[in-house]
Amino acid sequence: MDQFTLPFIIGHLNYWLFTLLMMTGLYIVVAKGNLVKKIVGLNMFQTSVFMLYISMGKVTGGTAPIFPIDMQIDPDVVYSNPLPHVLILTAIVVGIATTALGLALIVRIREEYHTIEEGLIQKIELEKATREIREFGEVMGGGE
Amino acid sequence: MATEGVQHVALSLTDHLPVLVVLIPFLAAPLVVLIGRNRLAWPLAFIAAIGSFVVSAQLLMQVGDGDVLSYHLGGWAPPLGIEYRVDAANAFVLLIISAIATVLLPYTRASIRAELPERHIALFYALFLLAFSGLLGVAVTGDAFNLFVFLEISSLSTYVLIALGAYKDKRALTTAFNYLVMGTIGATFYVIGIGFLYMATGTLNMADLAERIADAQGNRTIHAGFAFVVVGIGLKVAIYPLHLWLPNAYTYAPSAVSAFLAATATKVAVYVLMRFMFSVFQPGYTYEAAILHLIILPLAILGMFAGSFIAIFQNDFKKMLAYSSIAQIGYMLLGIGLLSETGLTAAIIHLFNHAITKATLFMVVGAYVLRSGGSFYANLEGMGRIMPWTSAAAVVGGLSLIGVPGTAGFISKWILVQAALESGAWWIALLVVASSLLAVIYVWRGVEVVFLKPPQDDVDRREAPLTMIVPIWIMAAACVYFGLATDVTLSAAQAAAEGLFAGPLPLTVEH
Repeated sequence: MDQFTLPFIIGHLNYWLFTLLMMTGLYIVVAKGNLVKKIVGLNMFQTSVFMLYISMGKVTGGTAPIFPIDMQIDPDVVYSNPLPHVLILTAIVVGIATTALGLALIVRIREEYHTIEEGLIQKIELEKATREIREFGEVMGGGE
Repeated sequence: MATEGVQHVALSLTDHLPVLVVLIPFLAAPLVVLIGRNRLAWPLAFIAAIGSFVVSAQLLMQVGDGDVLSYHLGGWAPPLGIEYRVDAANAFVLLIISAIATVLLPYTRASIRAELPERHIALFYALFLLAFSGLLGVAVTGDAFNLFVFLEISSLSTYVLIALGAYKDKRALTTAFNYLVMGTIGATFYVIGIGFLYMATGTLNMADLAERIADAQGNRTIHAGFAFVVVGIGLKVAIYPLHLWLPNAYTYAPSAVSAFLAATATKVAVYVLMRFMFSVFQPGYTYEAAILHLIILPLAILGMFAGSFIAIFQNDFKKMLAYSSIAQIGYMLLGIGLLSETGLTAAIIHLFNHAITKATLFMVVGAYVLRSGGSFYANLEGMGRIMPWTSAAAVVGGLSLIGVPGTAGFISKWILVQAALESGAWWIALLVVASSLLAVIYVWRGVEVVFLKPPQDDVDRREAPLTMIVPIWIMAAACVYFGLATDVTLSAAQAAAEGLFAGPLPLTVEH
């Protein structure tokens, strides 16, 4: 365990925060009953991944990976890795689409169920399922 | 000028096949929305599906003898550029997806018109095409991050397709929402895994990844990446404890959507799992062997029994089929978990056979729903007398699901048992047979209701329309045909398994 020195811990600050953010997001998704809060948690969870990617793209001492306008590239200049940034641009788009779709579904759920609390929705669905079993269960000799 | 351009395209068209298979439905989707006419939506979608089918049949012929096609997107050479890579394994998957979509589309006409409001029909076809092209993209790409993008294209459109079931049952909405949450968690896990792999290897190209992972045995970042990828894709596959989104999604989605998803979506996810376990990571990778034996194999067996067992106690035909899907996915995972070439062949051939079997059965349910208004067993009483053609196909599908000799399901289980015996695990062979007996029970329950009960008074006493009967019987006939003429599928599956099992293919590009 001697690799857990102070410089190691501080040097990996981004990654600690990534883990923290990711677990917080995942916890909100699981623990919160409000559907909008679930989407917020899902968003945090996805955003934490952006942080992971951006962190790994950083090269120590590197600058923004943009060539000068006259294309006179100085070989001594260190650039950060642009690829993770590009990937994350795509991931952001996916995240927005997911959030938009999730929120749209919540709107529709509220129209049908008149609530966005998971507990109440489950109660309504349970009642519906019980009714169905009463109505259709007899065929199979089950019923109540 | 114009003729010159056309000529140029025509000359190089065959080189563009790997990208065309995805592009045809992908471009047809916005076209359907822009035209916005319900009457034109279906023909466009059908033409696009046929186009993809023809292209993937071409691709399968080209790679049949073990060749590998590499297509560089935008002319950027891999590993930097995105590579589409077609070998025997994914050409086979491409063919399955596009064949199912082509057969299913005529069926959707009557089914969707009955289950969706008029104004959504064109949009339905646009979403269908998007989901379709997303699945094709997942199968064809050779780039790990590109796979994620296609996975999300297909997933996002799938969520909406499932939510469309809300016009019949409002639970489709909560189901779609739950699937969205779980699917996104799965996809994000996959991205995290790819991030770790990229951190350790500096590449996203699958063939390149494979080479570098082989050199970096015991790297803990790669272990973590592997774990994240397996769990993320496992959610999409619906490996037993990660299956919670599946039963409701298949039950409450519109019938045509259930048939499409059951036949293709999980199959593509299984393919991705195979691709990662056998191509990107090699079977020799010690860490993976442990995971396969200690986690995948027990979960596959658990899924086989739990899925079948729960299926027995359903009172809804569609939900029964959904739980049976979980059991069938267990068979595929079992083939993967056996970690042998025969096991992998069994998994691939079951992927195909189960796709046609479940497509038949879900299409049959859709026809029942059209006439009786519901998929509860109570709705289906006596339908065997009212709809003899549809119900006969249901019997064929049911027999194939059990694995009766002479049907496609028998072939895959036979090879699976062979693979189990080959690896010395005779008890696994016994378990496969035992779980098939459970399938006998749940299929019999369906047959009993459909054939042995008197029909109810308030049902529409007509056979399903011809546009439904024909696709159903094409699938049912396929179930029988591929149960008798096994050499076609078997040789394709064997070639695919060999290709996957051969380990990393060298990068086709000169560095």
